[in-house]
Amino acid sequence: MELVMSVAIGLLFMAAVYLMLSKSLIRIIIGTGLLSHGAHLLLLTMGGLGGTAPPVVADGVTVGDYADPLPQALILTAIVISFAVTSFFLVLAYRAYQELGTDNMELLRGTEDYE
Amino acid sequence: MSLVFLIFIPILAALFIPLLFKRLGQIHTGWFVLLVPAALFSYYATRLPSVMEGGTYVSEFSWIPSLDIAFVAYLDGLSLLFTLLITGIGALVVLYSIFYLDKHREQLHNFYVYLLIFMSAMLGVVQSDHLITLYLFWELTSISSFLLIAYWYTRDRSRFGALKSMMITVFGGLMMLGGFVLLSIMGGTYSIRELIAQAPELAQHDFFIWALVLVLLGAFTKSAQFPFYIWLPDAMEAPTPVSAYLHSATMVKAGIYLVARLTPVFALSEVWMWLVAGVGLFTMVWASFFALKQKDLKGILAFSTVSQLGLIMSLLGVAAAAYHVEDAAETYLKYAAFAAIFHLINHATFKGSLFMIAGIVDHETGTRDIRKLGGLMSLMPVSFTVALIGSLSMAGLPPFNGFLSKEMFLTAMLSLQEFDMFSMDVWWVLFPIIAWVGSVFTFIYSLYFVFHTFAGKHQPEQLPKQAHEAPIGMLISPVFLAALVVLIFFIPNLIGDWLVKPAVAAIQPFLYDSPQNVDIHVAAWHGFNTELFMALGIFAIGGLMFWTLHKWQRLYDLYPDAISLNRLYDEMMLLSGGGANRFSRIYMTGFIRSYLVYMFSFMTFIVLLTLFLTDAFQIDFSNLTPIGIYEIVILLALVGATLTILGSKSRLTAIIALGAVGYSVALLFVIFRAPDLALTQLVIETISVALFLLAFYHLPQISRKEERMKFRFGNALVALGVGITMTLVALSAHSQKALPSISEFYKETVYKEAGGGNIVNVILVDYRGFDTLFEIAVLGIAGIGIITMIRLRLTKKEGQHENK
Amino acid sequence: MRTNDVMLQTATKVVTFIILMFAVHIFFAGHYTPGGGFVGGLLTASAIVLLMLAFDLPTVKKIVPINYVVLTAVGLLIAIATASASILFDVPFFTHAYDYFDLPLFGKTSLHSAMLFDLGVYLVVVGVTMTIIQTIGEDE
Repeated sequence: MELVMSVAIGLLFMAAVYLMLSKSLIRIIIGTGLLSHGAHLLLLTMGGLGGTAPPVVADGVTVGDYADPLPQALILTAIVISFAVTSFFLVLAYRAYQELGTDNMELLRGTEDYE
Repeated sequence: MSLVFLIFIPILAALFIPLLFKRLGQIHTGWFVLLVPAALFSYYATRLPSVMEGGTYVSEFSWIPSLDIAFVAYLDGLSLLFTLLITGIGALVVLYSIFYLDKHREQLHNFYVYLLIFMSAMLGVVQSDHLITLYLFWELTSISSFLLIAYWYTRDRSRFGALKSMMITVFGGLMMLGGFVLLSIMGGTYSIRELIAQAPELAQHDFFIWALVLVLLGAFTKSAQFPFYIWLPDAMEAPTPVSAYLHSATMVKAGIYLVARLTPVFALSEVWMWLVAGVGLFTMVWASFFALKQKDLKGILAFSTVSQLGLIMSLLGVAAAAYHVEDAAETYLKYAAFAAIFHLINHATFKGSLFMIAGIVDHETGTRDIRKLGGLMSLMPVSFTVALIGSLSMAGLPPFNGFLSKEMFLTAMLSLQEFDMFSMDVWWVLFPIIAWVGSVFTFIYSLYFVFHTFAGKHQPEQLPKQAHEAPIGMLISPVFLAALVVLIFFIPNLIGDWLVKPAVAAIQPFLYDSPQNVDIHVAAWHGFNTELFMALGIFAIGGLMFWTLHKWQRLYDLYPDAISLNRLYDEMMLLSGGGANRFSRIYMTGFIRSYLVYMFSFMTFIVLLTLFLTDAFQIDFSNLTPIGIYEIVILLALVGATLTILGSKSRLTAIIALGAVGYSVALLFVIFRAPDLALTQLVIETISVALFLLAFYHLPQISRKEERMKFRFGNALVALGVGITMTLVALSAHSQKALPSISEFYKETVYKEAGGGNIVNVILVDYRGFDTLFEIAVLGIAGIGIITMIRLRLTKKEGQHENK
Repeated sequence: MRTNDVMLQTATKVVTFIILMFAVHIFFAGHYTPGGGFVGGLLTASAIVLLMLAFDLPTVKKIVPINYVVLTAVGLLIAIATASASILFDVPFFTHAYDYFDLPLFGKTSLHSAMLFDLGVYLVVVGVTMTIIQTIGEDE
């Protein structure tokens, strides 16, 4: 399973990077969203996909085939942060469009010449 | 009281200056400042008797013990002399500045804060026995000098001059730091005293010559030696009290001090002697020659300062010869060190008074252009007298102190005929000849300064102000210094015993056990000898050339500016600034795409390189989980949604497909037994999609023409690289673990010690609570950022111009 | 955003409360079973968003008169105060404490200082999410 997941992760990253290199601001934001999905799955795969029970223990029961809780905690943090960042980007794009009337990165390029 | 602490008194006093200026503005802030150098001067003066006997004081304050860095105040003859100069001249300059700077119009708090910082820095330079702290104070003098030159920062010339002095002196300072580090590597210590003790061994070391050259670069830039002197004339944009203090009496002598202080370490080297004496002497003749080209009173004084610094420097170079001769104390070679220190004191007195007079002339007539001045003798009699005394002393005429040290300078140069090492037996004759030529020009520019200002025809129509004598308070300091000029002529041996001999003993510790052993007697008359005839020649030829000055001064204008050192500096600054600009323009394109390409390519490169170099890429097939049908279905959905995004024509499709990817990931979380993640991901995905749509709801037709992304090979290549890298990283990360996971520890302790059951949640709020704390802080910041972007709109308010 | 869908509005009135109750449950359950401040906060936020979709912003503002920026600040303060409180007891920063109590109605209950910290997280998540959505929604 890990092999298949690794390939899927690579695919997600590839699509994300390709989108981020495009000219449209909204595509760049979608790209960052894909990138964080890829990163979450990467964390999960790194820890191993084994384990037959969720990492929740009851009183006194410490032996059991639990899934690795550490990557899960990291991912939980990452999900929330990436939500905040995505919304920030989104508002940035929205305001940029309002002020400048375009979402084309080529037109948004700073062209100030300073000598 | 601890000597180390005393160094910091001015800087501590500076803390109160802004308060005094604001609260007690009706009293000139200078009066409070005056107390600091005056008190320090009287304190240090009490140390004089014991230092005269050869006593020293040491006091230490450890600063960074782990790096062996400490503030060490070491007071011997040399540092005490400089300390007295700094505090003494400092007090006079502050007194003068009280009348020079208007308390209503000038920013006195800035001025005096900078000045006090400088005072501390300069005291630190001359008293530090520790090389690193010496360097620290050394750069602090450069910085305070920068601030003081740019005191009138609205003037272009001031800023230019400040930057120029900063660039050159800080460059030298950095070189010097390199020299210091080499010294400490060679000697295993930062202490100058300990380095001096092992001087003979140091001279054998490979780094010795490098350390020597680097330290000299520091000294030459600071003391404005050729070819680094160009910053000093431009530094004359500073207020005149600053020029008198920093750029004539103290800071520019820091280089002299350093050379004198390290003479015992380096004097054994032939290179040292040739460099110090040669550069010094050349600077002397060069600057004295070009002083006559100047039209600005302070410009003349700046070049004259450069020239006199060169003179002192060359004397220190010759003083190194004494290290190579047996019984040097019996030969004429002993005079050089004494002459250097003696002239240093004399220069401080007469040049200080001359600068103050230049300031007075500027203040009372409104111009410093010597072509417009003239005939002020009868209008400003006191100033004229002071200027005459100072100038004639500078020219080397009796009965002023300059005559005595100038004679001794010639003696020292002639003494080189007794020295037959380092090919001096052939070349020695050059030294007295160049010295003589330099002295002739010194004589001419001294007369030029005083007579073209005060004699000749008065041109009131040329002057911006009605010329009149300066207020009495402004004259106190220059008159006092001029009185010293005369006084020293009559009591040279008293000064010699008190100040000069202890310093000489510090420069040549191998020669003299104590200052009393320095067997030199200064006399105004020592018979008909070569020096006397040389001096008479200077007066005769110099007088003749001054008489005909108006005929040949125009020749200076033929000298083309295009090949001057100033031009070289300007070109270098322009080149480095423009070059850096052009270079960064190559890769700073302004496209976010370019920057992302750099980042992704570089990241791919270093990750793959690391994987390759550490041989990290391995796949462990033994520990895989079986492939399940549900997982495959979800993954197919995920890949399908991803491809939809790439191929989608409309943005709406892309957004919904992104949501599909998110839900697929949530389902994967369910399958891989991560209920918390699945819940969170589901809710987040819902809110995100709502947010995306909300942002679009308000955008009226983002652009009418929506089209599919065009395929671009370059982008695809970078994307493919990143994708493959991440796959490899995922595989290798899963297949090998350098350390056992900490998860076992969590499982053991979660119930008993942390009192919880859900390990993920306990990690978040307990084990790694710090992360979560910062995470919610980031959330808060993002929220504030969003509010700011939407609510605060400073631009584009219809009909309103908030900037007006 | 003005909608006037009676079906949606009627359903929302019920569903919102269900979501809110679930959110509170999940928040309290978080320490022992899946859930916690993040999920609880997000669920609460989504309930309010649902209200906004069904009705409109001014109405929701009247129903839930909360300044979300202040809510965020309060949440951050609670979190950092919980973390700092341990300093008063002379144990390292961020040391949590817990014990079991017999409370009426609840029976044997574990009271944990980590819960307070989680409450801070909960409030921040609700505050920030709602701040974002509200500011974007209000902007015309």
